[in-house]
Order: sequence, then structure tokens, then C-alpha cells
Amino acid sequence: MDLRRYKWLIPTVYIIFLMLPIYWLISMSFKTTNEILGSFTLFPQEFTLENYRTIFTDPTWYSGYINSIIYVTINTVLSVAVALPAAYAFSRYRFLGDKHLFFWLLTNRMAPAAVFALPFFQLYSAIGIFDTHLAVALAHTLFNIPLAVWILEGFMSGVPKQLDETAYIDGHSFPAFFIKIFIPTISAGIGVAAFFCFMFSWVELLLAKTLTAVAAKPIAATMTKTASSSGYELGLLAAAGTLTIIPGAIVIYFVRNYIAKGFALGRV
Amino acid sequence: MNKTVNQKAWFFVLPVLILVAFNAIVPLMTVVNYSVQETFGDNVFFWSGLIWFEDVLTSDRFHASLGRQLFFTFSILAIEVPLGVAIALAMPRKGIWVSVCLVLMAMPLLIPWNVVGSMWNIFALPDIGLLGKTLNTIGFDYNYTRQPGDAWFTLILMDVWHWTSLVVLLAYAGLVSIPDAYYQAAKIDGANAWAVFRFIQLPKMKRVLTIAILLRFMDSFNIYTEPSVLTGGGPGNSTTLLSIDLVKIALGQFDLGPAAAMSLIYFLVILLTSWVFYTVMTRDEEH
Repeated sequence: MDLRRYKWLIPTVYIIFLMLPIYWLISMSFKTTNEILGSFTLFPQEFTLENYRTIFTDPTWYSGYINSIIYVTINTVLSVAVALPAAYAFSRYRFLGDKHLFFWLLTNRMAPAAVFALPFFQLYSAIGIFDTHLAVALAHTLFNIPLAVWILEGFMSGVPKQLDETAYIDGHSFPAFFIKIFIPTISAGIGVAAFFCFMFSWVELLLAKTLTAVAAKPIAATMTKTASSSGYELGLLAAAGTLTIIPGAIVIYFVRNYIAKGFALGRV
Repeated sequence: MNKTVNQKAWFFVLPVLILVAFNAIVPLMTVVNYSVQETFGDNVFFWSGLIWFEDVLTSDRFHASLGRQLFFTFSILAIEVPLGVAIALAMPRKGIWVSVCLVLMAMPLLIPWNVVGSMWNIFALPDIGLLGKTLNTIGFDYNYTRQPGDAWFTLILMDVWHWTSLVVLLAYAGLVSIPDAYYQAAKIDGANAWAVFRFIQLPKMKRVLTIAILLRFMDSFNIYTEPSVLTGGGPGNSTTLLSIDLVKIALGQFDLGPAAAMSLIYFLVILLTSWVFYTVMTRDEEH
């Protein structure tokens, strides 16, 4: 008897376990409030799109999605753009304090958001960018830049140094080499870094909520407000939750071949 | 790769340094500032020395939250790391199923944390949730809003659901980087599955597992949104982890001094543990 033939069962059972709560959320989003509270049903009995209609027609709901996407995009572009030269420096050169600097960058991932929420609020109010998309994007660079540097450095260390040297001999200046040759070479790494920046900025709520009031309020904050103020509109909450899964699912699909490699190439 | 010494490399690091320092140092100094002062309102502050640190370090409340936090972090590490490695070992290596598995497994990682909390809240409700209803139907007296044991069970199950995939992805990345020649050599030597795991797969995964454990340690110690949406720290104080307690003190009671002192102690605990782990795990590579 060969146990290995049944190996596929382990990932299958695990994936089913992962899908169950997601299924429950989606199924609830198509139910009416009466059905949710009144009875226990595995499938929606009175299939309704009312919850989704509310979200797509009410500006307080759909503006939340737009706000989230704006600050996540700013954050991803900013984090990757400043991390590229830094990661290049860490992968190619040795300089005074490089190892300490690398560890110090990592420590910023350890800072609990709960600790920094209030000081962040004061700092960003003081410089006058409270309640803007930029504020959230900047705050999220605290944990995304270290991660982007970490991942990109791993990818860059995998590129032989001969590439740089050959380019200089061919008469390329440094900026020309970096933009025309080096960046295309590590495009997979940039994809992975961007994926993780997107992911951590998209899922974070505490800082995003603290740093916004009206104009840049993220979807997640709209949801928590609904959950507490209007009592038990579970269907609406479920529909909003379901919609937050979609951008992530699209992004995963595009980078599926690279996510597994992303961290593996980074150094510890 | 042998690197050249070049102090000008600092210029490349400068933009990162400025941005991160702005975000890290100013707020950290604000916290330090609060932690040594006393206020009676109206923005009037007095120097109070280390009194808040003494208060926090000797308070039963802090010890209890820290204890719960440690229990939570070690429980989820003890479950997620072995489980993640086991799933990665059982995953297909080639073909269409690799992409299918990776995409489906990465799903929980990209769901906003409050949605994860709400989702599990709905999923585990004893009367209308799939998990709660099923457990009650098959004879368990399950109610996570009333019984501390059930609240802990739900909290840990939620974290396992949420983050095991990260360990799987990392461990899998380590496994696929092992050349086929290693396995062929092991076959010729007649090594059994355990020996292959112990002497080929585990050493190759060491680096990615270090990253996985570090990330899970740091992130689980910082966890706030999911438990606060799921249980809100209750029933009673039974699932009040450090972050939840901190937010209660800082934003609920507005006791900025004790909250700041607690923040710094909290941050130092994470920093020290990570540093020790990082140093021990990377020591071999230095030589």
C-alpha cells in the first residue's frame, strides 16, 4: 500500500477549509436580512442583489472602494520606487553601517500599528495632510518599504555583477543602465514586491482609519461603521466584504507564478 | 557575491532612509515623550520620570495581557509552521494544479483584516453561522461570545485559516528550489522519506522558514483588528491581547502616559526576541 497516492488529499482538505468561511460570506451577501436572521439555510432561498445595488448606488459605500484603491496605488508606486535604488545598494556594495541599517529597516515591520496610531495622527495633522490619500499612503510605507527592499535585494543578488560591468564597458551611463537594462532584468522581482506592498496596504485598517475622516475614508472603515451603527445589516456587510476580496483575487492571478519565489530569494 | 566597498552607496539608500525615518522616528519620539510625563489636561505636562514604566511592569493587568499574548503567539506558531510545511510537502510540483493551489491558498492573505474578523464572526455565530450551527448540531455546546474556551478556539482557528498559507507559500518556494539531482542521489543511497526530509528538504527550507517564523511572530504579536472585530477582547477580558489592551488604555481611557510606557515595553519585547532569533538563525551563514 502506497500512502503517497493519497497525498493530494492534504492540499484538497486544506483548500476546502479555506473556502468555507469565504463561501459563507458570499452566500450571505445574496440573502435578505429576514432569511439571515430568521432561518439557517445553506444556500440563499430568496436570491437577492439588493445588497450589491445599495453599495453601487450609495456614494458613501462606493467612494470607500475608490479611496482604498487610490492610496494603495500611491503607496505601492512610492514604496517600490524608493526601494529600487536602496536594494541595489544593499545587493552590490558594502558601506559603513549597511548591516545595521538593514536590520533597523526590518524593525519597522515590528512596530505595532496600535502603538503608532495616535502619534501618526498628531504628526500628519501637524503637517496638514490629515484625511488625504497621501497620508495613508505615506503611513503604510513604514512597513512596506522595508519589505520591498528585502524582496528586491534578494532578486538583485541573483543577477550576476558581470551584467553591470558589461553595460559600463559598452558605454552606458549608470542611469541608462539602471533603467534600460537592470530594471527589465528584475521585472519579476518588481512584480513580487509590488504584490506584497499592495497586499499589506490593502488589508491594513487601523492606521488607514485613524488618518482619515471623510475625504479619504477607506472601505474597511465604512464597513466597521456600518457594523456598529446600523445594527444587524449582515447582508450588506457580507456584500461589502465580498467585494473587498475581488481586487486581491485579480492581483494574485497575475502574479501566481512569482509569489512562491518572492520571499525565497530574499535574504534573511 | 563579493561586494565592493563604496561609501557613496549611501546616496542610493537616502530616499528610503528619509521616508522611513520620518515615519518611524517622529512618532516613536512622541511616544517616548508621553511615557515620561504626567498630564492633568489642557495640554499641560509634567516630568514624571520612570514612574509609568514601574507602574506598567508591576501591574497585574499588563502581566495578564502579556501572558495571553504569549499563549496566542506560541499556539499559532506551533500549529501553523508544522501544518504549513506538511501542506507544502504534499503539494504538486508541476502542472496546472500548482497554479490552482497557489491562487486559492493565497486568497485569505489578501482579505482586509476587518473583513476577516467579520467573516469569522458571521461564520462562527452559534445560531446562524455555518461553523457554530454545525458544532452545536453535532452535540458541542459551542458559543464563542459567552465561553472563553470557545472564544480562544475560534480566535486560533481564525489565525490558522488566515496565515497558514503564508508558511505554505514560503516552504513551497524553498522546496521547489531543490534540484532533482539531490533526490536522485538520495534514492541511490536508499534513503527513506524521513531521511530525505531531515537531511535534504529541511536544511533547504531553513532560510525561508526563518523568514516565515519571524514574520508570523512579529505579525501575531501586533495583531489587533481581527480579534477586536471577532471577540472585542471578550468574553470579559479572556481574549484581550496586548494591542487590544493598549488601545483600550490609550484611546478608551486616554491614559497617554501608561499607554506610551506600555507601548515601549511591548515594542522592546518584539525587538529583542526578533533580534535574538535573527542572530541565532543567521549565525551559520556568516562563517
